[in-house]
Amino acid sequence: MRNPKRYLLPVLLLIALAIYIDLPATTRVVIPNPFGNKPLFEHTVQARLGLDLQGGVQALLQADMPCEEVSNDAMQTARAIVEKRVNGLGVSEAMVQLADNCRIVVELPGERDPEHALETIRKTGVLEFVDLGTTYLPPGTEVQTDFRNKSNTTPTPAATPTAEATPQAESKAQPTPKASPTPAKIWHTVMTGAELKTVQVVPNQTGNGYEIAFELTDKGAKIFADYTSKNVGKILGIVLDGKVISAPRVQSPITDGHGVITGNFTLESANDLAIQMRYGSLPIPLKVVQSRTIGPTLGEDSLRKSMHAGIIAIIVILSFMALYYRLPGIVADLALIAYALLSFAIFKWVPVTFTLPGIAGFVLSIGMAVDANILIFERMKEELRDGHPLIHAIDLGWSRAWPSIRDANISTLITTAILFWFGNAYGASLVKGFALTLALGVLVSLFTAVTITRIFLHSVLDAVDFSAHTKWFGI
Amino acid sequence: MDIIGKRYLYFGVSLLIIIPGLIALALWGLPLAIDFTGGSLLEIHFEKSAPAPEEVIALYKGFGIGDTAVQTTTNNTIIVRSKSMDEATMNKLVEAMEKKFGSKAEVVQFSNVGPSVGKEVAQRAAGAVALSAIAILLYITYAFRGVPHAVRYGTAAIIAMLHDVAVTVGIEAIFGHFLHWEADAMFLTALLTIIGFSVHDSIVVFDRIRENSRRYRRLPYETLVNHSIVQTLDRSINTQLTVMLTLFTLALFGGVTTRHFVIILLIGIFSGTYSSIFNASPILIVWENREWRCWLKGKLTCKGKEAAAA
Repeated sequence: MRNPKRYLLPVLLLIALAIYIDLPATTRVVIPNPFGNKPLFEHTVQARLGLDLQGGVQALLQADMPCEEVSNDAMQTARAIVEKRVNGLGVSEAMVQLADNCRIVVELPGERDPEHALETIRKTGVLEFVDLGTTYLPPGTEVQTDFRNKSNTTPTPAATPTAEATPQAESKAQPTPKASPTPAKIWHTVMTGAELKTVQVVPNQTGNGYEIAFELTDKGAKIFADYTSKNVGKILGIVLDGKVISAPRVQSPITDGHGVITGNFTLESANDLAIQMRYGSLPIPLKVVQSRTIGPTLGEDSLRKSMHAGIIAIIVILSFMALYYRLPGIVADLALIAYALLSFAIFKWVPVTFTLPGIAGFVLSIGMAVDANILIFERMKEELRDGHPLIHAIDLGWSRAWPSIRDANISTLITTAILFWFGNAYGASLVKGFALTLALGVLVSLFTAVTITRIFLHSVLDAVDFSAHTKWFGI
Repeated sequence: MDIIGKRYLYFGVSLLIIIPGLIALALWGLPLAIDFTGGSLLEIHFEKSAPAPEEVIALYKGFGIGDTAVQTTTNNTIIVRSKSMDEATMNKLVEAMEKKFGSKAEVVQFSNVGPSVGKEVAQRAAGAVALSAIAILLYITYAFRGVPHAVRYGTAAIIAMLHDVAVTVGIEAIFGHFLHWEADAMFLTALLTIIGFSVHDSIVVFDRIRENSRRYRRLPYETLVNHSIVQTLDRSINTQLTVMLTLFTLALFGGVTTRHFVIILLIGIFSGTYSSIFNASPILIVWENREWRCWLKGKLTCKGKEAAAA
């Protein structure tokens, strides 16, 4: 920087922009288009509070089958479906993310009923069309299928239903659902709910009940046509999460990909089933492997206390710098305030979710921002004592302190990157939040402590001649 | 100020802290939280008085949940740790507690970690620490490539870092035994942050040695290193002061949730500054003089002839 003062105006503008974004009232940044209705640029900004600050539920879902067999596409689809279901819960700021290759993290800030929430997500399990051969199974019967039991590699071929066909009458005579799940028998899954294109509730032909009409994807239609033409008169089980919900008989080959599920449906039960079929056609079964619920009072308490602590900490640092380093200290304090404003703006912009460890990381990064200034000022004082003129001493302080600031911060960034990787792998959003705020803090602090302080200091020195007052520099 | 000359005194101080911690670690182990072991944690607040631990354990048993441990905290609140269970079971348990103990109860927090996930997290955690150490060693060796024996600086920084890890883990083990603290994912976060800071501090001193060794080529290495430490002492103390002040305010006013985390950070970062001044740079001297040859002869340092020979 040959002439640091030149950068004063852009820096001030940047800070002004940050203040604008920081204002609690600012929820979006819009650059209007003077020639049209559509704005040139639009971005929503909001301060997001993490689970630990407002209470809520976090859950880690994992594919309930060997991880290697789960395709990335299937996970993406599952994520999208879970997200739809979660949005259906009416939780604002819900977050659904892929973690690792076969896991999904769900965060529901503000959710007060974890059981209901997780149940809703879990219930939207796997819909399967199961070849039951000639066996009629009443709704509610638990069945094992080769799709769900991937480990068991003895699927029943679709075209040849097993010979041990129990006459339908007999099987009807002994239906004790739930109490006696058909033991050991593994049925073949013809296709899964992933092949459903549309699902609709329609009144049935008699007019006093409802049925569910569905349309299949091209691939599904082909599978279905193939199966139904070979199995007329056999029973097709519609199974949700391992439980039979309906077991209609195949009346005639269905080749156009359109089908109807009939049953004793009321409008409500038909709707429920349709929703489960629509959003519940997860391509893979999921199980909850980890969950965390934070009550609202704990969250509120933590938020209030950590805000207090943060403010006190900032005041303590500001006074220390001003008292110990005098004029440069006050300039560094200004840079520190700029740092806080800029970081907060970035957090709102990205947006970075505020969590307790996140706030701790932020406060720590303030400590590191100050460290850069302390390194520079100590160096500057040394150069002043060695008899260098003031302006020269300032520049020397900067250039000589830089290598250690650079190396030290790079090593911190290495650690934060590893922390982020660690947190990301198993959906620990608290660890991730800490790593992210600390890393952003380190980057922003490099800019404010090194660049902004220097610009400010040069600007002040240009306006007033301090060379006669080295006392003001803490000498 | 002669820091290098008294290096064995400072090494002794470090051992004085580390050894009791390691003994505690060997005797009692590090109590691991459910993050690493799998299981459930239920913190529950009762409107009236909290029930006796035995009653809660019995109630859990009735639900077929074992390994139950109850911790009573202030304000009619208990923390129950047990084998892993799902939300539905938890809700039923809370209802049963309300009925049995005749008091309305509010769930402050509930966590459930499946056993396989816990194990995986523990493995990854160990991997994360090892990976950071290697990455930093490589970076320092690279950053100091112009200085003779660059790898010594990296190694010395890593030893100082291991010192801080030992201090922190040891103290956590002592606190774990007496205050029932548990090492959770946040403890690991604190540990990794301490590693970052420790290396940060060591680098600042090393950087000064790097600069001084170019300026004063004639100066004996010991004097040079000592001079560099003294020159950076103001900075070290001031930075330490600001970070400690911040952490103190967080510990005092930041609430219970983060207190454990902040106190561990406080200890580790203090240790980090200590080790960067009193361990990392003196290790360079020990290495330069190859003093371990003299340890075999029952002496700490090689004086006179031996030093000249080295």
